[in-house]
Amino acid sequence: MKRSWNWPVWVGFLLVLAGLVSYPLFFARFPVTRDFPWANLAMMALGLVLLGVGIARAFRQPDAYRGKVFGSILGVAGIGVAAFACYGFLVLARQLPGSHGAPRVGEIAPDFTLPDSKNVPVNLSGLESSPFAPNGEISTAMSAPQTAGVLLIFYRGYW
Amino acid sequence: MIAISVDSPAESEKLRQSQGYRLPILSDAKDDVIRRWDLVHPHGGVDGADIARPAEFLIDASGKVRWVNLTDDIVVRARPEEVLAVFDAMNGRAPTGK
Repeated sequence: MKRSWNWPVWVGFLLVLAGLVSYPLFFARFPVTRDFPWANLAMMALGLVLLGVGIARAFRQPDAYRGKVFGSILGVAGIGVAAFACYGFLVLARQLPGSHGAPRVGEIAPDFTLPDSKNVPVNLSGLESSPFAPNGEISTAMSAPQTAGVLLIFYRGYW
Repeated sequence: MIAISVDSPAESEKLRQSQGYRLPILSDAKDDVIRRWDLVHPHGGVDGADIARPAEFLIDASGKVRWVNLTDDIVVRARPEEVLAVFDAMNGRAPTGK
């Protein structure tokens, strides 16, 4: 009897891999799937279920289904990929310092001067009441009190 | 809006060009401001460098902090609508969402 190649094993493993890789490539672009990676966790869970189904069939009906060896290898690899992904999403990404000394609401923001991307020095207190011209350059000529204020975004860099 | 990271001015300008950003990006290569604001993520960088943890601050015209966002997950950032609502309130306007 011709033995089936046992597609759940292959599809299951690919789904687990796709569950990991699709986060940076696709799901991270949308806040709803970026803030908590539920889409990726769902893909990996489904992949692991398919892997399980395929491996079970290979062991219980070896005359009908291939996969005792490749199934076992892909099964272990799949669990490894899923565990690594969960560690990254749920543990590593959340290991942030407490930053208890950061300026709080109501405090005066510590002033500073830093170079911008064209090496022009920019001073925080100079900006607080002067909005930016649309081309992104600092404009002190305009004064529009209705829109004063600065949104400061600290980010990790290395993009 | 201004962004700050440890990237050099050249790296930040490359990012601005490649992504079409117009907001100014400031370079805090030695973590001076990042340290003073207690936002250091020790060895958080790709090669073990000290970098900034993600954080957003809204500061009004008198220099006072009006809103702080310190997320506990590196992938979570403030949504634009949240920030615009705080900004509008700070400037005494009804939220426009623009």
